[in-house]
Amino acid sequence: MTELRRPNECGVPDAKQFMPPVLVKNYGKWAWHDRPRPGVLRHVAESGDTVYTVKAGFQRQADVFTIRRMCDIADKYCDGHIRFTIRSSVEFMTDDEAKVEPLIKALEDAGYPVGGTGNSVGFISHTQGWLHCDIPGTDASGVVKAMMDQLYDEFRNEDMPNRVKITTSCCQINCGGQGDIAINIQHTKPPVINHELVSGVCERPAVIARCPVAAIRPALVNGKPTLEVDEKKCVCCGACYPPCPPMQINDPVNSKIAVWVGGKHSSTRSKPMFHKLVAAGLPNNAPRWPEVAEVVKKILGAYKADARPWERMGEWIERIGWPRFFEMTDLPFTKYHVDNWRGGRTNLNASAQLHF
Amino acid sequence: MSKKMPETPLLDQLESGPWPSFVTGLKRLATAEDKPYADMMKSLLGQLEHSYETRKGYWKGGTVGVFGYGAGVIPRFSEVADRYGESAEFHTIRIMPAPGFFYDTKTLRQFCDIWEEHGSGLIALHGQSGDVMFQGCRTDQVQVAWDKINEMGFDMGGAGAGVRTSASCLGPARCEQSCFDTLRAHKVVIDSCTDDIHRPSLPYKMKFKFSGCANDCANATQRADIAVFGTWRDDMQVNQDEVKKKVTELGRKEFINQVIRMCPAQALALNDDDTLDVDNKSCVRCMHCINVCTKALKPGRDRGIALLAGGKRTLKIGDMMGTVIVPFMKMETDEDYEALVDFGRRLLDFFADNALEHERLGEMIERIGLVNFLEGMELDLDLNMITRPRTNPYVRTDEWDEEVRKWNDRKAGAAE
Repeated sequence: MTELRRPNECGVPDAKQFMPPVLVKNYGKWAWHDRPRPGVLRHVAESGDTVYTVKAGFQRQADVFTIRRMCDIADKYCDGHIRFTIRSSVEFMTDDEAKVEPLIKALEDAGYPVGGTGNSVGFISHTQGWLHCDIPGTDASGVVKAMMDQLYDEFRNEDMPNRVKITTSCCQINCGGQGDIAINIQHTKPPVINHELVSGVCERPAVIARCPVAAIRPALVNGKPTLEVDEKKCVCCGACYPPCPPMQINDPVNSKIAVWVGGKHSSTRSKPMFHKLVAAGLPNNAPRWPEVAEVVKKILGAYKADARPWERMGEWIERIGWPRFFEMTDLPFTKYHVDNWRGGRTNLNASAQLHF
Repeated sequence: MSKKMPETPLLDQLESGPWPSFVTGLKRLATAEDKPYADMMKSLLGQLEHSYETRKGYWKGGTVGVFGYGAGVIPRFSEVADRYGESAEFHTIRIMPAPGFFYDTKTLRQFCDIWEEHGSGLIALHGQSGDVMFQGCRTDQVQVAWDKINEMGFDMGGAGAGVRTSASCLGPARCEQSCFDTLRAHKVVIDSCTDDIHRPSLPYKMKFKFSGCANDCANATQRADIAVFGTWRDDMQVNQDEVKKKVTELGRKEFINQVIRMCPAQALALNDDDTLDVDNKSCVRCMHCINVCTKALKPGRDRGIALLAGGKRTLKIGDMMGTVIVPFMKMETDEDYEALVDFGRRLLDFFADNALEHERLGEMIERIGLVNFLEGMELDLDLNMITRPRTNPYVRTDEWDEEVRKWNDRKAGAAE
């Protein structure tokens, strides 16, 4: 056997080695920025240097042919520099204004829409789904592709009151994170347990400890140690499934999709907000999830028509009130929208302020 | 003879429409008949189509790693390998990119070449924690692919109960609003944690994220156990000539609507001569007016960071936002960055000693109380840590006089 190579524990690479020279030169010395058109940012340094950034969308799960095509464009227009954003858009930078229009054309000709800046609907942040996750209730790349096809114009224009960040998550762990709109799996039935496998696969005390409502207890089935779930207590969160795959939570029919709104990370204007449940029980309808797209478009339409400039989704709803939001979106309001988890009382209306 | 392309009538429906299609990309790989991964990707398309038909996932975990490290490879074995054998093993290698996700094309092309030779040709840019995800590797190719990536100067990312790969906004590289060097802080803090990234032995995962201002482009507040934000202590910088131009551009009514009325602290007023009146004592450094008036307004000059601790999503006790544990630290000199690294090391030690298994930092603080956390970490109490003082009287105040003395001493110390 050949000797194994010891890793070089080199840590995080230095960013400056990859930056366009104009960024290195003006590092920490930028003066202002604006957006000459949707999809393009202009940053001007104290030195007077200017850099144009063209932002484009692509499929995050990228094949090498896609990556090389983007590299060809970066070689031609950006001296071989390229960067990606936190939410998986791609950015091409140049200090030559004359290259901006040809760069935009090259990107759009290659099929990469230019946009995602300012008050647009940005690329949807997504997770792994059926392509690669070990616990997914739905797909990720497919949901995002289906939604972005419908939101294509909203990505390429800046017609929203403020930026709209949409996320998807294939289970309730919610790796996609908080969003102005979040599209997440919501299981509706307790796990189905394969008692033959539990004792061989699962560390039972650890599984019991994972349950947020203490619904799991040890049991003996056919003489074998296993686990059982108090189905009345179970909140179908799926927390037991990752540490114990024989407790199958995913269900082709009963794993539904829920839509949440008004999440916000920034502390800009209002403090950060969690997203709030507005629709559930939508079918996990691969390959294009039309029922989900319909709800998302309805919410976006109401926000676009009614919110004031700079109001994020959550801020708009807090101003107009939830009764008006449900009226404008024509979504049903049910007992399941009322928060009964620990701390949920802070989500009740403790005032005489009412909407009619 | 090469394998036949699987029938994928459901996935085929994701090839139409204007947005770039990942299915088309997968098919490009599956039909690259001269490449070693073509059959693997045909098999993968078959399994993915099967998932679309049955609405279930078919991957399970396992144990795959590289020599010297205890994490960073995400093992994936197919549960339907009898039908889709060529993609029976489809592991991911997580790699830490440069802060700000900067690349040159030479590096990306090298990634592609390595992944064509040893993997599936599929690379995700990037995962939710901020990793480059080299997806789809057979067990026997993991070590050799990793060796080549590592020799390029890239290191493996985090997984499991350890420090995770970090993310930061691009900060001073291209943004005039960034109040500290996010990219530098990201690098020095994470580089001080490599042992806890590569050989995870913490109670649970630990995420750091770095945002240059309150706009939080790194999505830190709800996603990071420790969120590092840029802020400033002195007065915001105002260029009144540019304010006047902005008033002209928007019109007075819209300037008032979009700037003055949107201020959460009601700290702004428009003067009779169309200049801006700023009440800096009331300002909460939220960034809104600066975002609208990018030429006229800027953060102040006395800049530094605030630290928020405990952000996480639902499991187990419910969603948590990060909350303030350090309202301000200067972040300019080498010593300032060293102090941040030292804070990170002390935090990891405290977390390792005090958190329960599978308990996130926010859950630990919730269980032991913020005050015990502050005392354990030797952090000073500060009014910026609370929204309001306690509203219930269930508290023992035996040492009230002693605490009053401490507060007065600190105030006197600060005044010196």
